[in-house]
Amino acid sequence: MEIKKGIAVSPGISIGKCFVIDAEDYRIPRRLIEPSQRLTETQRVRNAFKEAIEDLIRLQAEPKEIEGQKIKDIFAVHLSYLRDRTLRKNITDKINAELVTAEFAVSSTLRDIASHFAKVKDVYISERAADIYDIEHRLVGHLVGAKRQDIAALKEEAVIVARELSPTQTASFNKEYVKGIATGAGGRTSHTAIVARSLGIPAVVALEDITESVNAGDTVIIDGNRGIVIVNPDDNTITQYLEYAVEYSELEHRLDTIREKPAETRDGARVTLLGNIEFPDEAQGVLQKGGEGIGLYRTEFLYLNRNTEPTEQEHYEAYSKTVSVFKSRPVVLRTVDLGADKYTQSRRYMREPNPFLGLRSIRYCLQNLTMFKTQLHAIMRASVLGDLKIMFPLITNLQELMQAKMILGDVMEDLDEEGVPYNRKIKVGIMVETPAAALTASMLARDAEFFSIGTNDLTQYTLAVDRGNELVSTLYSSVDPAVLRLIRTVIQDAHKAQVDVSICGEMASEPESVMLLLGLGIRTLSIAAPMIPEVKQIIRSVTIEECNKIARKVLGMNSERQISSYLRDSARKILPEAF
Amino acid sequence: MWTGNRVQNQVCELEVEIKNADGLHMRPAMQFVDTASRFQAQITISKAETNVDGKSIMQMSMLAATYGTRLKIKAEGPDAAAAAAALQELVEVKKFGEPTPEEKSKQIS
Repeated sequence: MEIKKGIAVSPGISIGKCFVIDAEDYRIPRRLIEPSQRLTETQRVRNAFKEAIEDLIRLQAEPKEIEGQKIKDIFAVHLSYLRDRTLRKNITDKINAELVTAEFAVSSTLRDIASHFAKVKDVYISERAADIYDIEHRLVGHLVGAKRQDIAALKEEAVIVARELSPTQTASFNKEYVKGIATGAGGRTSHTAIVARSLGIPAVVALEDITESVNAGDTVIIDGNRGIVIVNPDDNTITQYLEYAVEYSELEHRLDTIREKPAETRDGARVTLLGNIEFPDEAQGVLQKGGEGIGLYRTEFLYLNRNTEPTEQEHYEAYSKTVSVFKSRPVVLRTVDLGADKYTQSRRYMREPNPFLGLRSIRYCLQNLTMFKTQLHAIMRASVLGDLKIMFPLITNLQELMQAKMILGDVMEDLDEEGVPYNRKIKVGIMVETPAAALTASMLARDAEFFSIGTNDLTQYTLAVDRGNELVSTLYSSVDPAVLRLIRTVIQDAHKAQVDVSICGEMASEPESVMLLLGLGIRTLSIAAPMIPEVKQIIRSVTIEECNKIARKVLGMNSERQISSYLRDSARKILPEAF
Repeated sequence: MWTGNRVQNQVCELEVEIKNADGLHMRPAMQFVDTASRFQAQITISKAETNVDGKSIMQMSMLAATYGTRLKIKAEGPDAAAAAAALQELVEVKKFGEPTPEEKSKQIS
């Protein structure tokens, strides 16, 4: 039995057999297989070789202008390695003799060769170790890639243990069988966390070397309430956790009973609670948990679990399905937010050196007008079915907003010509998630009909911290004084300009932060569906006066540590049962 | 079973020396393997005590034969003589299409 501590990002308890996914960018741990799996593992090696060879043939055929011949020579060398039968035999022999996974056999065999090269005194030869690492990376990439696809085809319940999961991978999860997630990397706002919460499955992240502690098929307990993962628990622990799981689901049901009650503070301030979704079939879940609409529909997920670009009709069907659940209640549709850590199939191989500062989100849309217009066309067609609103992500200046609105205008003209009805008065707003947008909120407010503060990106850009990098993730905090000052500015400017403002980041669902946000003047929160009852419970237990006092105090504090411990203490005092 | 190859088995052994400055790095190793693979003969290459398969890029490149290294080529099969001759030509005459140390230093100066 091994107990690992990480960060709890999605509540709940699950106990299950684990499904492990290695990552091509990290050292592959030695992991054992059952003798009966030999055949499967050797077949996986053959498939990976086949796919890697196909890759290289394709790469060789591509015209390369600069240093073309040199690169082609390198590919030719890699190809001849991949076609070398003795190399493949060494790998499959290793699987058969040592009973290790295909990933480990490939990685360790090639790394042995590489270190052999690295030891040669001749510089020209020793540098060739890099080629071997490259071949290893390509092969392991295919092995791991195939494994990731296997999650989609999972036939029995499992908990996923991985180094990290990309939004593309989580999007293709078969929700029926994936019962929990544990990852080595990530933080509260990583996409694994977001997706796990919206699917309502327990997840723990930032477990560092978790993938080295498990073998496929091990029993794993994921405690998404306390941030604990237990590998191969003993019988006592399992019994204890089974009881705990029952208690927890009873608590959840108790919270569900407040579904019909309004999200209103004790002194009568009405708060609107909306849900964040990725897929239309989550809409029903938001309604069930008592959500009053959708505050953030992340439409890019339509691109992430498929190989081709969605057609206009597919966009339309997704949107109309979502709107039909909410009828006249609001559905805020965020236009595609691709790039950074979310890629379409066709862009997956075009890596940028600084993706979060690169061609992502609205920038990507403004450079890919056909794609952007296809989406806007579908949104506008669906706009007559209910209360749809459009939200542009990652706006950094007024020009971008004006440009995006102009394109929307073009699409409306097209629809006029086609004689297709749409809502001419559709509300258009923006995500305020860059310091640039926050600081110029008063200017943007003239052309935006609503603001939604995306605290995840706003925090990351303000504090210059990659939220997925566990080496610096402790610096990431949405209650850092710098972030709070920006949030306050946006709220004040929005109120002055009489523009609606809401919060749609993870911060809105953290019990400690809810009171602070109310105190800062927020009356609309958009959060993951499973969090709605708990947040409503908090809102119903407080008064605006208490919240205002908390906000005043916090704005006078000058350190993140001081603020977060004060928030925790005051939350404990006001609603001890939530902690 | 068809054993035609073995009936007319030839064995041919000869020694070569690496003449190009950069030695048997990846690209030359690949050329070597490509040439060896054109023949039916089984090719074994020896460097001191190490014997490797001349048709395996992995084994050939791991020999890490630098400039001046002497390699023994042993070809066994119907076209053994032709194979050994072709490999000798590649190593010592064509020098893998690469410069010798003298030629290389001239290029630099």
